[in-house]
Amino acid sequence: MNNGFIISAYVISSILFILSLGGLSNQETSRRGNIYGMIGMAIAIVATLMSDQVSNYVLILIPVIFGGAIGAYFAARVEMTAMPELVAILHSFVGLAATLVGFATYLDPAAHFVGVEKTIHDVEIYLGILIGAVTFTGSVVAYGKLNGSIGSKALILPARHFLNLGILIACIILGKFFIGAESVSSGMLPLILMTILALAFGVHMVMAIGGADMPVVISMLNSYSGWAAAATGFMLSNDLLIVVGALVGSSGAILSYIMCRAMNRKFLSVIMGGFGTTTGGSGGGSSEGEQTEVTPITAAETADLLTESNSLVIVPGYGMAVAHAQHLVSELTKKLRDKDIDVKFAIHPVAGRMPGHMNVLLAEAKVPYDIVLEMDEINDDLAETDVVMVIGANDIVNPSAIDEPDSPIAGMPVLEVWNAKSVIVMKRSMASGYAGVENPLFFKDNTQMLFGDAKESVETIVASL
Amino acid sequence: MKIGIPAEVQTNENRVACTPEETEKLIKLGHQVAIEAGAGTAAGYTDDAFTKAGASLIKSTRQLWEQSEIVLKVRAPQHHPVLEVDETSLLTQGKILISFLAPGQNPDLLEAIATNKATALAVEAVPRISRAQKMDALSSMANIAGYRSVIEAGQHFGRFFTGQITAAGKVPPAKVMIIGAGVAGLAAIGAAVSLGAIVRAFDTRPEVKEQIESMSAEFLELEFEEDGSGEGGYAKTMSKEFIDAEMALFLEQAREVDIIITTALIPGKPAPKLITTEMVEAMKPNSVVVDLAAEQGGNCELTVPGEAIKHNGVTVVGYTDYPSKMATQSSQLYATNLRHLLTELTPEKDGNIVVDMEDEVIRSATVVHDGTVTWPPPPVKLSAAPAKPKAPPPAPVEEKPNSPWATVIAMIVGGLAILSVGSVAPASFMNHFIVFVLACFVGFQVIWSVTPALHTPLMSVTNAISGIIVIGALLQVGSSSTFGAALAILAVALASINIAGGFLVTLRMLKMFQK
Repeated sequence: MNNGFIISAYVISSILFILSLGGLSNQETSRRGNIYGMIGMAIAIVATLMSDQVSNYVLILIPVIFGGAIGAYFAARVEMTAMPELVAILHSFVGLAATLVGFATYLDPAAHFVGVEKTIHDVEIYLGILIGAVTFTGSVVAYGKLNGSIGSKALILPARHFLNLGILIACIILGKFFIGAESVSSGMLPLILMTILALAFGVHMVMAIGGADMPVVISMLNSYSGWAAAATGFMLSNDLLIVVGALVGSSGAILSYIMCRAMNRKFLSVIMGGFGTTTGGSGGGSSEGEQTEVTPITAAETADLLTESNSLVIVPGYGMAVAHAQHLVSELTKKLRDKDIDVKFAIHPVAGRMPGHMNVLLAEAKVPYDIVLEMDEINDDLAETDVVMVIGANDIVNPSAIDEPDSPIAGMPVLEVWNAKSVIVMKRSMASGYAGVENPLFFKDNTQMLFGDAKESVETIVASL
Repeated sequence: MKIGIPAEVQTNENRVACTPEETEKLIKLGHQVAIEAGAGTAAGYTDDAFTKAGASLIKSTRQLWEQSEIVLKVRAPQHHPVLEVDETSLLTQGKILISFLAPGQNPDLLEAIATNKATALAVEAVPRISRAQKMDALSSMANIAGYRSVIEAGQHFGRFFTGQITAAGKVPPAKVMIIGAGVAGLAAIGAAVSLGAIVRAFDTRPEVKEQIESMSAEFLELEFEEDGSGEGGYAKTMSKEFIDAEMALFLEQAREVDIIITTALIPGKPAPKLITTEMVEAMKPNSVVVDLAAEQGGNCELTVPGEAIKHNGVTVVGYTDYPSKMATQSSQLYATNLRHLLTELTPEKDGNIVVDMEDEVIRSATVVHDGTVTWPPPPVKLSAAPAKPKAPPPAPVEEKPNSPWATVIAMIVGGLAILSVGSVAPASFMNHFIVFVLACFVGFQVIWSVTPALHTPLMSVTNAISGIIVIGALLQVGSSSTFGAALAILAVALASINIAGGFLVTLRMLKMFQK
């Protein structure tokens, strides 16, 4: 098949990918967007298979069917509360694939470059493997943290910044050796050493980041997996890979930026890690001497309060996901809406463990998306709301972010739920959130605490309505 | 600290500033309580009950004042008829007085207390903020006055409140109009509604409409736009046009209703005259007007403070001592308010009083502090009405303005970097490089428009798309290096998981989003 045909197929597929991402700009066009993505992918693969460089169809078909089946199986089985884990592990596959392709390319004797072209080609391979390896182990650790097999607390090694710096310098030196290597076999050793270092770096980087910063980590790894694909594109001189890699890379970068802004934190300080370990309780308690008691409320009383109110705003957090309470919350919403009570949901950008996590859970529970609002859309309306119900959220409704300039979360935009007439906070205990900061909201006069498992509490409320 | 409760000296004042129940709680705060013999009798609390609660009983008024470090009273200090001295002179240096003082109207009294180098807290100066509600004695008393006003009206009104159809004929329900829906007005609405009357209420503050309607009364509306909300949950004076419209409404209502209860007060001003002689004369015979503002001059032109008079068959009640008429109830509420205030003043619960002038509640209530008049307090900027909460101070978001130089420098550096790459790299690399940079920009443009609700599907779809790396792997499967080919096959499998998993899970998620 001639080269021009393949390139035009790649152009079409690139356009389809761009349309696919563009389609996600709102719910109505999003499904079409996903279909475009699928078509684009199909065209790209078919065109590649038709190129002269590919001939071993059997060797290709087996892993494609095998991998595709595994992917389809997990896509059908995964619970919506476990979406962050799935996304994290998928990132790791991209990272690993990029590393493998890098090695395969290096081993391919067909490529003959000389002079500057060889240097550039080597640098591309080196970077591709580096980014791929970091993405791989970083994502695996993120997966472990999200499903709880690795503690979500930030692991802080002594002198960790120097450790990272050391790894960086070592990689640069090894890179010099690698590029200067005469033959494939002599270049192999520095390449493998660097890969090991990069794998270790990926582990260390994500281990040092606390659970609350997971949305940033996930989107950052998303970005890395894109850059890894772009680097692969450079080393294979394949424009489609470059375009797609750049699209995915910038998409992840923007998501990371949005998440950081939602937490009022610098990207660099998130990556440096260590959040939520040094700051425990410094912001709360002491300065709020008079506010020492919370007002508890029972589920039955909550039901009465909800029946008497005209408007309710529900603020879900990670606690709702952990308790799998979204279906019951949806049922509660339905019942209250039947009583002509105005129910809305307020979603903080970093609620949950990945961008948009809460939206997916509520969508799964069939909560209509037009009553699910973003923080900026609803913050001004909270003052006119009768009841705000906070389900398993903490830092995102913490007034210290606004009131206490020296609080670790100062300046982070939060949902100003305390402006509502009354606030009900569902919580398992008085423990502080991931940021380790006391929450003065619990002590406010108009706040009542409903202690217990979110699912059971909501169940009792629904039963008492 | 030693707390003393003298008997009230004002004629017809039945209240007392403490109850046996609250005595126990004050002792728990680390205080000692002494009470003048007979102080609680008129309110229905015997000396016995007080001593059982742990108070010591003192017979001599003078001794009580002398030994007490804190004096709790209901009425402001006045001439003591038995001792023939002013109570102010008994409040010697260092003592603390807590009572109603009407600080705005009694500058001389404050001066006198200051001259004695004493401290005084006026309960009516407690600010109307939510934290201080439990200390708000004005609201407690207003609540009682509102309730009692309906009872008084019933006393003078010769009919049922509730409509009845009996064997002896049909009785129409009484119609009650209540002017002013503050605490007293709302309490009156509640009492009148529960007696079965048809209740209408009027207020210049539109925000109370909801509260009135929540008590099953009808809100009388004027066809007129003006908001009468003043600071601290009180009403303010309205414009002339508004008052004209208001008067017309009242006259029209006067012809129709059986009972009018007025509760209109504007802080620091004489009560507005709302019910004219003409309106009273327009009312049906045997109707009743209860004027809760009688002490401040009355809302009705015919009101005689302290008395109930008859005009043209209409009774106009101008009593000023409703709380005292229900002394047991009002003493209980008042004592509880004072105990809450003392709890704030005893932060360590060890019997040591701290008059913390930094605390806005205590600062506002303290009108004389160690011989200095500290009235009026700085304004507390918080409306008591929940309908209009003030916006919290804006978040201290650090937004450093980007200096234009920084942008220019960044662009120059970026440009130089690209140029330097281009000067050494071959043309084939530069072609790819152009594609890369442009794709980055397209990506930025496209992703910004993605709605936050779809961020999770966005991630899973980009994930699937980054499975495009399969193409790289496909091209390497044919590698002549066996090991390289094996790696490539593994990569194909991994990338396939991504493609299938990513697209299918996105499809599944997007199907769930529905209106």
